[in-house]
Amino acid sequence: DGQIIAYKTEHKYGMQHKHTEHLCLLFFVFQEKQYVGFATLPNQVHRKSVKKGFDFTLMVAGESGMGKSTLVNSLFLTDLYKDRKLLNAEERINQTVEIIKHTVDIEEKGVKLKLTIVDTPGFGDAVNNNECWKPITDYIDQQFEQYFRDESGLNRKNIQDNRVHCCLYFIPPFGHGLRPVDVEFMKALHEKVNIIPLIAKADCLTPNEIKKLKDRIREEIDKFGIKVYQFPECDSDEDEEFKQLDKELKECTPFAVIGSNTVVEARGQRVRGRLYPWGIVEVENQSHCDFVKLRNMLIRSHMHDLKDVTCDVHYENYRAQCIQEMTSKLAQDNRMESPIPILPLSTPDVDTEKLIKMKDEELKRMQEMLNKMQQQMHDKEQ
Amino acid sequence: KKFTDMINEDKRTLELSGHVGFDSLPDQLVSKASAQGFCFNILCVGETGIGKSTLMNTLFNTTFENEEASHYEQKVELRPHTYELQESNVNLKLTVVHTVGFGDQINKEQSYKPILEYIDAQFEKFLEEELKIKRSLFNYHDTRIHICLYFIAPNGHSLKSLDLVTMKKLDSKVNIIPVIAKADTVSRNELEKLKIKVMSELVSNGVQIYQFPTEDEAVAEINSSMNTLLPFAVVGSVDDVKVGNKMVKGRLYPWGSVEVENEKHCDFVKLREMLLRVNMEDLREQTHARHYELYRRCKLEEMGFKDTGTDSQSFSLQQTYEAKRKEFLVELQRKEEEMRQMFVNKVKETEAELKEKEKELHERFEQLKRMHQEEKKNLEEKRRELEEEMNAFNRRKVAAETLMGQALQGCSQQPFKKDKDKKK
Repeated sequence: DGQIIAYKTEHKYGMQHKHTEHLCLLFFVFQEKQYVGFATLPNQVHRKSVKKGFDFTLMVAGESGMGKSTLVNSLFLTDLYKDRKLLNAEERINQTVEIIKHTVDIEEKGVKLKLTIVDTPGFGDAVNNNECWKPITDYIDQQFEQYFRDESGLNRKNIQDNRVHCCLYFIPPFGHGLRPVDVEFMKALHEKVNIIPLIAKADCLTPNEIKKLKDRIREEIDKFGIKVYQFPECDSDEDEEFKQLDKELKECTPFAVIGSNTVVEARGQRVRGRLYPWGIVEVENQSHCDFVKLRNMLIRSHMHDLKDVTCDVHYENYRAQCIQEMTSKLAQDNRMESPIPILPLSTPDVDTEKLIKMKDEELKRMQEMLNKMQQQMHDKEQ
Repeated sequence: KKFTDMINEDKRTLELSGHVGFDSLPDQLVSKASAQGFCFNILCVGETGIGKSTLMNTLFNTTFENEEASHYEQKVELRPHTYELQESNVNLKLTVVHTVGFGDQINKEQSYKPILEYIDAQFEKFLEEELKIKRSLFNYHDTRIHICLYFIAPNGHSLKSLDLVTMKKLDSKVNIIPVIAKADTVSRNELEKLKIKVMSELVSNGVQIYQFPTEDEAVAEINSSMNTLLPFAVVGSVDDVKVGNKMVKGRLYPWGSVEVENEKHCDFVKLREMLLRVNMEDLREQTHARHYELYRRCKLEEMGFKDTGTDSQSFSLQQTYEAKRKEFLVELQRKEEEMRQMFVNKVKETEAELKEKEKELHERFEQLKRMHQEEKKNLEEKRRELEEEMNAFNRRKVAAETLMGQALQGCSQQPFKKDKDKKK
């Protein structure tokens, strides 16, 4: 009856689908009434974003041989790791961690994605792994710093966002839970990047063993106070089926994944899988592993949320901290010019202080004189 | 000289004209050995959770008690457990030693040390027993490690750096058989590549693993073919799965069942065959004849024993031992004297110090006493002075009063001013 329905522009699941639904609904209501037209905003946003294209930076971390490259290839259905050189055990005894970036441009139904995979070869491979996560935290900080500088600069037309939006951490399935190196790594990074822990090579665990391990890992994550990426709560007006799926997804973490670069024949179809003498593991079979859940979560529904959390939480924390450090430094050393335009400092500078002091003293003198005069007057009266 | 000549004569072989019966010697040996019982000691080295206990349970078809280890141990520890097993009238005293906390620390540079120390400690114990004057080797419980099973994690590419470093440290002390654990995570072609990679890394780094012996023709063929299949890819399980209409040991997955004893699925059967059924005795022999002898020689050389002296005379172990012992006792006495001397000196020093302190305290006490006396005197003086003043004042007061009284009595015509001035 002519009322404008408040339209939420931030549907994270299946945005396109819901959007057209609502659009039709609105159209129906407004046929003969005053049609303003801003209901097409979502459409406009959609069109512009397709034109602009998206970018996403994904970091993978874990010991060598956990299947990181295979999983990334399986996720994005492409081969990112051609001509890779693997080190021998001897070479790895004293290996340091390197940071290697692979960038690819992929396109699907007109939507362009610039995908950057940040690899961390050497993590956890040496005999002495003290602080082996330091190169990784340094890299993440560098990207934040770079963005901070760009954002505060004068010409902000073509800022490149190289910040790491998500880190997949691969936990080996051979143990009883998290190991000290896993705990230390996640604690060093949980306030800098969205961490998604995964159980790697899950085809060595029976369903019971998987459940036990997941419970144990979730317990230990709580116990050690590690802040892994949390799925946002779904809106209260979503349908029951959706809420149920969401609940299942959250209870399934950490995801137990299997990856494969090869295609095998299973049940009359050609699928990505691993061939064993006792059976075939299908990567995309949900009763075999959580690969599909991971893919859906990472790519199909939460990719943008991961970016948002990186921008709104991790980056902002970094920025605030950075500024605080700078202002405290500036207060100590007044001659340094601020390279970055920031709001006026809360601590007064020397000149103002001097002025204030002078004025204070004057005031005091005047007050004294006043008192004296009053006293004299009082005496004379007597 | 005549005697040695006689011994070095050419030996002759004689033909027997009937059955003497000494062909039963091996049987006699065996029955004696069986009566005594056998000893076998296995060391399992591998990271926490890799399946060491499960494999032992599967190998010996029993359940050895073992608690789940934590990942948060500060150092590597070795936990031995000894069990008595019996099969067809053969008694076996089996000791299984597990490494707890191996591979969990962030800095693993010292991880191999506890393992090395344990192996050496067992050699040391045996050596001590051997060197005793009254020894009983026939019922000595031999705890020397006969075989080290090194569990390699199936990470798909190659050995870990820790594996290489550890095996290199252990290969001259113990027989090593590397196994690929949890092999049901490696597909067949990955397994082939992994085995080749592991062996080539071991060879290129000079790590000597145990080779199944090929001199004995009875087992030469099977042993040499097994040597090419190392490292064995094993899967352990004590649970049963249904295959066809039988229950066999295995692991049940959504995509199929792995059968532990199926040679197409893994090398468990081969490991069991080689380790227990064919080469167990050889492992014991190698441990004693090669690894232990090496240890013994090094140890004795350290202690100063030689086989031949500087003047080409052969020392008897006894003489050298006595000489060493005397040296040691002399050294001990000297050290005792030193310590006693040191102790006496310390006592003297402390006594002197204490005396000094006593003197000091006395002096201070005297000083304080003197000060106190002086103060008292001063106070007395002051008091007297004050008293005098008071008396003087009183006297004046009295004098003034009497004067005033006199003045009032004497002249009543005195001008008022005078009083006023006086008052002022």
